[in-house]
Amino acid sequence: MAIDFALAAVLAALGSSLVSTAAHKVPSVLRYLAFPLLAVSGAAATVAGFMVMGNGEVLVTTLPVGLPWLEWQIRVDVLSALFLTIIGIVTFAVAIFGPGYVREYEHGQHPLAQLGIFTGLFITGMLLVVMANDAFLFMIAWELMSLSSYFLVMFHHEQAANRRAGFLYLLMAHVGGLAILLGYGVLATFGDGFSFDAMRAAPLTPLWASVAFALTFVGFGMKAGLVPLHAWLPEAHPVAPSHISALMSGVMLKVAIYGFIRVTLDLIGDVHWGWGVVALLIGSISALLGVLYALQQNDLKRLLAYSSIENIGIIFLALGMALVFLGTGLPKLGAIALVAALFHTFNHAIFKSLLFLGAGNIVQRTHEQNLERMGGLLTRLPYTGFFFLIGCMSIAALPPFNGFASEWLTFQAALQAAELKNGVLRALIPFTAAMLALTGALALACFVKAYGVAFLGQPRSRRVRHARKTAYGMRFAQGLLATICVLAGVFPNVVVNLLDTIPRMLTGTGLQSATTQGWLWLTPVAPGVASYSAPLVLVGILVTWLIAWWFSHPRGARSVRRGPAWDCGFGPLGPTMQYTSTSFAMPIRRIFAPVWGIEEKIERQVDEYGLRVSRLSHQQRVYDRSWAALYEPIARWVQFAARRVSRLQQGNIRVYIAYSFFTLLLLLWVIS
Amino acid sequence: MTGWLLALVQLALFVLGAPLLVIWVKRVKCFLQNRRAPSMLQPYRDLGKLFRKQVVLAENASQLFRMAPYIVFAAMVLAAFTVPLIAIQLPTAAIADMLVLVGFLAIGRFFITLAGMDVGTAFGGMGSSREVSLSAFAEPAMLMVIFTLAMTAQSTNLSSVMQYLIDVGLVLRPSLMFALLGMLLVAVAETGRVPVDNPATHLELTMVHEAMILEYSGRHLAMMEWAAQLKLMIFGALVVNIFFPWGLATEFTLVAIAIGIAAMIIKLAVLGVVLALSETVLAKMRVFRVPEYLNLAFLLALLGALSHIILEVGV
Repeated sequence: MAIDFALAAVLAALGSSLVSTAAHKVPSVLRYLAFPLLAVSGAAATVAGFMVMGNGEVLVTTLPVGLPWLEWQIRVDVLSALFLTIIGIVTFAVAIFGPGYVREYEHGQHPLAQLGIFTGLFITGMLLVVMANDAFLFMIAWELMSLSSYFLVMFHHEQAANRRAGFLYLLMAHVGGLAILLGYGVLATFGDGFSFDAMRAAPLTPLWASVAFALTFVGFGMKAGLVPLHAWLPEAHPVAPSHISALMSGVMLKVAIYGFIRVTLDLIGDVHWGWGVVALLIGSISALLGVLYALQQNDLKRLLAYSSIENIGIIFLALGMALVFLGTGLPKLGAIALVAALFHTFNHAIFKSLLFLGAGNIVQRTHEQNLERMGGLLTRLPYTGFFFLIGCMSIAALPPFNGFASEWLTFQAALQAAELKNGVLRALIPFTAAMLALTGALALACFVKAYGVAFLGQPRSRRVRHARKTAYGMRFAQGLLATICVLAGVFPNVVVNLLDTIPRMLTGTGLQSATTQGWLWLTPVAPGVASYSAPLVLVGILVTWLIAWWFSHPRGARSVRRGPAWDCGFGPLGPTMQYTSTSFAMPIRRIFAPVWGIEEKIERQVDEYGLRVSRLSHQQRVYDRSWAALYEPIARWVQFAARRVSRLQQGNIRVYIAYSFFTLLLLLWVIS
Repeated sequence: MTGWLLALVQLALFVLGAPLLVIWVKRVKCFLQNRRAPSMLQPYRDLGKLFRKQVVLAENASQLFRMAPYIVFAAMVLAAFTVPLIAIQLPTAAIADMLVLVGFLAIGRFFITLAGMDVGTAFGGMGSSREVSLSAFAEPAMLMVIFTLAMTAQSTNLSSVMQYLIDVGLVLRPSLMFALLGMLLVAVAETGRVPVDNPATHLELTMVHEAMILEYSGRHLAMMEWAAQLKLMIFGALVVNIFFPWGLATEFTLVAIAIGIAAMIIKLAVLGVVLALSETVLAKMRVFRVPEYLNLAFLLALLGALSHIILEVGV
């Protein structure tokens, strides 16, 4: 039953892709047919995911396509089910958001057919990745996902920067794909077959297991955007249309997490704690650098993309902790850390999609993507403003929203590090927890900046001042995701209970006591050690708010008078006098200065007497250090090698004949 | 039932007593600086005056600006709800642990900084920018202190931590000494006292908290002020009750509670004197020196955690 829903989801996504081919003749087919089909696909995937997670079954089937001796094998277990749910929910929201969003493209020069076809294929690819039960289908689906998203990144290809971003994305996706392929190669050699069942049974020596882990970590880490392999992500995600950015940041990165968990914990199985240390360190560095870079962005969508790097870092931090605990024989703690990682994966998918849809709403209404030109949008787009606020509160990990619940679980797992035998590990885990704390505080700063500059204050440009209300579908999609953020945060027990089946399946041990105290209390380790009651927190805040409001609010008389803001007696306050995005982040830029490459240019003109500054201009560019440190040397080396190789090309026919002759000789010698 | 009742009594003491701590510090400072002190009732008179006054809102203030004072106040009240003041092992202790307490403080900060940016004056943005930058250092330091305590007592629950420290008695542990020093530095920074911020001035070069609430008036301002006073009380209670947990009522009898209240008053009064002394001796720092100060706090807290892991685990 559930597997039928899952396959129906794949078919509906494919169907959406097919019907979109008609869009170059009839543009409205995208709105009336392609997006509804995507919604069906999303709903079916969500239903399938919930059904499987509910009863914990493992469903296997074979599709009559593929290689003659290896038909496509499909397997849906609880781990796949979680990711099916994530893909399903976000796809559903995007499908509702989409029609309102693409309306403006219908009169533009952009080919709508391309958008529809590749969106459908992209979702098909992601669904198949999480359902694959053999490496062959996995890689086909993976490439389908990467390639179709490349065309979506290139949608606005008339700008050179976008073409560059698209090329970089394609290149990195393939280097990563190659690493994954090699990792599967190791497993397939030992396991004697491409199917996951054979790989699971593979007798790996510790050395080869580590090689397989390293390859998959690099491959999936590249797709997920771990530092220092992240450079493509902030280039590619913001340039796609916003609902695609939501799918890429919200879902595609999660598919990489899925691959990592599937290969490491399921296929390799026998984890070594050293792998956990690697994931822990890389994860905490990614989290910290991701949020620091996010803080310095002025482009709203770029800021969100960097924040995805941060959250992927947090997920890998928790996963690394799970590997350390599992590798040292503490499966109960490993289960807590794994559930924390999966919970954060789910949460990030929801709130990042919500924020990207909100950003898309702003972009569509104002045609501005730069924070420095926004402001005052809360009064102009009240619904978007409200939902975006919920997204910001979730991502900044404020109780009782969902981001807090998963970070709280991560901290609880970290605090159990005292049970480890190894003294270095015992010190390392609290230290990474401190990094996580720093990341959390900086994330709050980052989203206060994003929200404060975009939605509060006075509008900084004309188009933002005249922003008008949005389509109902776009509002509804954001409202849906915001509701899930609140529900998952207020009832974390329900989510944790569903997620608990995953460590049970992978390691045989689940959470012992997380929800034993009833639906009101979350107690991951034991009731005496730590407890958190999100419903009571929410009730407490609302009751206190109401009481405070009731007692302080005077009845009868008009209690509020409007007046101009205090301008220090210098005349009216203009929008340019506000704190900007750049100036807001300035103290942190100064404190952490070595992290970024900063170019600052200040030009001042003085009047003829040299007394008064008549004109002042300030330009600043913050760029990613990983370019100069890692990518440019590699690019230079490749070019150098290419020049060396190109010396073979003499352009002289006799030289080429000589090459052929010597090649023949060599081959004859090899054969004989 | 008695437990819930006692929790409500404790909360009432917290909320209604918060202005007293502030005026006590102010009076001690006045004494130290040879000034005439205001009456102990002055903060209540100020709050009452603000509650009666009409609110003047800036023309472009949004709904968020009007909601923020209530949310900030509610967050602080909930934070106070989780901190034991006179008794431990209350039934409310299980609702939220120390990590959630940090979360409540973060809610307050989130909304106060957004409110600062809402009107669109340079002052508000400046205060918000400084507040989030400084707290980005204070919050990890505080969490590090919490980790040390949690690992020592095997629990993140404040009540259990205090129970543990009462049970083992006064042992001079290096980890707790470092944690106490770190916590004191964080408390001064988080509550906006000298040398990090000065609640008594409106000097634009240095102010943080006052800059954010500059546009508030009437009952909104009263809420914000009261929330700030609550925050000082929360940090005071944290410092004295974690590191000096003597006198806390562990059973719900009248005698125990009377002792708890008396102990709380004495401990907070002593802490107030210490705070007033340090504020009289120290001068306000430059804003960009504050991160160094907070790094010191973080380093102390980290040393506390490390010395716990290296010296104390398994001993």
